[in-house]
Amino acid sequence: MRTRTIRPGSAALVLGACGALVLSACGGGSGFGGAAKNQATGPAKLTIMIGSSGDSETNAVKAAAAAWSKQSGNTAKVIAASDLGQQLGQGFAGGTPPDLFYADATRIGDFAKVGNLYPYGDQLKGADYLPSLVKTFTYKDKLQCAPKDYSTLALLINTDMWAAAGLTDADIPKDWAGLETAAKKLTKGKVTGLVIGNAIDRGGVFMRQSGGWVVSADGKTMTADSAQNLAGLQQMQKMMTAGSLKFNTDTRPAAGWGGEAFGKGTAAMTIEGNWIRGALTKDYPTIKTKIVELPAGPAGKGTLMFSNCWGIAAKSTHHAQAVDLVKYLTSIDQQLAFSKAFGPMPSTVAGNTRFKTLYPQDAAFAAGGAYGQGPVNLPGFDPVIAAFGSKLATLGKGADPKAMLAELQKNGTAAIAAG
Amino acid sequence: MAKRKTGIHGREGIAGWVFTAPAMIILGVFLFVPIAMALWVSMTNWTGNVDPFGGGPNATFVGTKNYTALFLQDGLARSNFMQSLGNTFYYVLLVVPLQTAMSLLLALIVNEKFLRGKSFFRTAFYFPSVTSSIAISTVFLFLFSNTGAVNGLLKVVGIDGPEWFSDSRGLLHLFFGLFGAGENPGWAQGQIFGRPLWDWLSGPSVAMCVIIFLAVWTTTGTFMLMFLAALQDLPVEVDEAAMLDGVSPWQKLRLVTIPMLKPALFLVITLGIIGTWQVFDQIYVMGKGSPAGTTMTPAFLSYKTSFTSNAWGSGAAMAFIVFLIIVILTWAQRRLMREDKSPGLLHRAVRAARLAQANGRTGPK
Repeated sequence: MRTRTIRPGSAALVLGACGALVLSACGGGSGFGGAAKNQATGPAKLTIMIGSSGDSETNAVKAAAAAWSKQSGNTAKVIAASDLGQQLGQGFAGGTPPDLFYADATRIGDFAKVGNLYPYGDQLKGADYLPSLVKTFTYKDKLQCAPKDYSTLALLINTDMWAAAGLTDADIPKDWAGLETAAKKLTKGKVTGLVIGNAIDRGGVFMRQSGGWVVSADGKTMTADSAQNLAGLQQMQKMMTAGSLKFNTDTRPAAGWGGEAFGKGTAAMTIEGNWIRGALTKDYPTIKTKIVELPAGPAGKGTLMFSNCWGIAAKSTHHAQAVDLVKYLTSIDQQLAFSKAFGPMPSTVAGNTRFKTLYPQDAAFAAGGAYGQGPVNLPGFDPVIAAFGSKLATLGKGADPKAMLAELQKNGTAAIAAG
Repeated sequence: MAKRKTGIHGREGIAGWVFTAPAMIILGVFLFVPIAMALWVSMTNWTGNVDPFGGGPNATFVGTKNYTALFLQDGLARSNFMQSLGNTFYYVLLVVPLQTAMSLLLALIVNEKFLRGKSFFRTAFYFPSVTSSIAISTVFLFLFSNTGAVNGLLKVVGIDGPEWFSDSRGLLHLFFGLFGAGENPGWAQGQIFGRPLWDWLSGPSVAMCVIIFLAVWTTTGTFMLMFLAALQDLPVEVDEAAMLDGVSPWQKLRLVTIPMLKPALFLVITLGIIGTWQVFDQIYVMGKGSPAGTTMTPAFLSYKTSFTSNAWGSGAAMAFIVFLIIVILTWAQRRLMREDKSPGLLHRAVRAARLAQANGRTGPK
C-alpha cells in the first residue's frame, strides 16, 4: 500500500508542472495572433488562396499574379484550395490566413462580423462595379471587398427537343404562363420539360420573379413568409404536380445537378449559370443549346447572382500591396482574360458591356446583371439556408410551401437577432 | 513524519516521478492541455480569429450556454444537433451488432483448422480495413450511384433500385408505411427536445444505409483479427473436454467459445461504440450530411459548426457531449458484461460458507 500513496508534495509538484504547461501553451497567444499586425512596407510576398473550378482557372490566376509581380516588384503565390471554406477557417484560427482569397458572397457577413476581413471598399473609388454586386458585398454599410466577377442564372433550351415539340422562337417563354405551356409540351416519356437544382439557389428565381426574397432589401428584417414568396413556390409546385417541372433529385435516373439532366437529355430545359458552358463543351458536346433570359413573373424579371470577391485578411501585413493587386486583377482587361479562360462575367459596368459584344451567345447571362439578386450575405445564414434547402427539396413530394417558409422566417429571424 | 526518511527506499518516489516525467509531459502537452483548452473554448463564444483565452467580444466566457442551447433552446442549432444524434443512434444501433457478429463469424471461419488457403482469406478479409476510408468511400459512391453496379445487379433480379444517395426516407418510416401509417400519424405528435416523435422514429435513411454497409464492411476485418487472436489463445483442452462431453457445434460455440471470448467481445464492442459515434470521414466524402440532413453526425456537425459557421464554442460543446455519450455507453456496457452478473442468493450463500471455511482453516490474519 505504501508505494501507491501519492505524497502531497509530489501531487503539488505534478499539478504545478501541468499548470505551467497550460500557461505556457496559452500565454502570449502566439499561436492565435492578437491585435492587428503592423503593416510592412517594401516588396511583399503575398499568398493568394482560391477555390478553383479547375486547371484553366488556376492557371489564369497564376498568370495574372505573375504579371502583377513582375510589374510591381512583389511576389504573389497562388494556392488552389481543395476545400476553401475549411482552409480559410483554419487560416483565420491559426493567425496566418492568406493575404488575398476568394470570399464567397454568402460568407461575407460571417467573415466581416468577426473581423476577418480588411474592408478596403473605400479605396476603390471610381470603380464602376455593378450596383447589385456592390450591395452583395456590403456589410453594415461598408463595401468589404472588390467583386471579382459574377455569374447569373438563365434558361437553357435544348433546341432539338424544342423543334421536335413543334415550338418556335415565338414560343420562347416571356412569362410563367409561357413557361408552363412550353414545359408541358416538352414533357414526353423520359424527358421532363424543365429540371432545376433542388435548392434555393435555383428555385429562388421564382421567389424573385413574384417579387419576394428571403430578407428585406436593407438586409435588416426577414421577409421569407411573404405572400410573394409563397406565390413563387406555389407556381413551382403547380408545375411539379403537372409533371413538367422536376428537381434534379426527382428525375429517373436522378441527376447531380440541372446541367447533368440537361446534358444527358432527361431535361429539355434547365435553369443554370455561366459555368454550364464548360460542362456543355466538355461533357455534352452534342447537345444544341439556346440560352435565353428567364421568363418574368408577376413582379417582372428576376434572377439570382453568384459571386466571389477578393477578400483581404485583416491579419495580413501587406494591405496596401494586396489592394494594389486587387486593382490589377479587377481591371477590365484582366477580367475579360478571366472570362475567356473560365467563363465568369466582369464585375464592372464597362466590362459587362464589352462582355456582351464579345460573347453575344451569353448575352442572357450578362443581362441578368442588371436585375439579379445576390445571395443572403448576413452572418449565421449558412445553416439557415441549408435547412431551408433540405425542406425545399421535398416540394415535389407534396410538402407544404407555407410551412417551410414559416420555418425559414423563424430560423432567419433568430440568426438576425444573434448577428 | 517530520524526519526525512532515508535508506534504500527513501528516494523511490522522486525517482519514479523523474522516470515517468517525459511520458507525462508528452501526454500533458498533447492530450490534457488540448482537452482543457477545448473545454474552455466550449464555454466561450470564440469566433476563431483571436486568442480564445484573451477575452473580448470574440472570446467571451458564456458558461454553459453553448450546452444548454443544444438541448433547451428552440432553434436551428438544436434541431440540427438532435437530428444528428438521431441519425447516429440508428447508425450505432445497426453497425455495432452487425460488425461484431460479422467479425466473429469470419474469425471462427478462418480459425477453422481444416480450412484451406487460410492466410489468403485472412488477408482478403483484412484488406478493407487497411485501405484508406476516403478511397473506399469514393468506390462506394460509384457502386451505389444511380446507374452503378448495385442498382445494375438489382435490375437483373427485377428490382428497381432506389436513388441511394438522394433518398432521405427513413427505413422505419417505410416499414410503418407498409401498414398504412402515412405522414406524421396522430400517435407520433409528441416532441422530444423540439424534434417530433415521428422524426425520432424515422430509422436510418436509405442514404445512411449505404454508410452503415460501408462501415460494417471496412471495420469487420480489424475486429476479425482481434477475435482471431483471442480464439488462438483459447486453451485447446477445454474444447476437447467439451467435445468429449458430446456437445453439438452450436452448443460449443454458445456455451464454451463465446463465454471464453468475453474480454475480446468487450474490446470489440467498446471500440465499435467509440468508432461509430465519431464517424466523420465517410460522411465528409459521401454527401456532407445530405440528403435532408439524414446522414449528418455530431462529429461532422461539430466540424461544420466550427469551421464554416465560425461558432467554435458550439462546435466544441457538441464534441464534449459526444464524449459524454461514449463514456456513458461504455460504462453501461461494462456493467452489462461484468464477469459475475449479480450472483443469485444460493450462489452467494455457498460462496460465503466457503470463504468462512477457508478463513477458519488458516485463522484470521
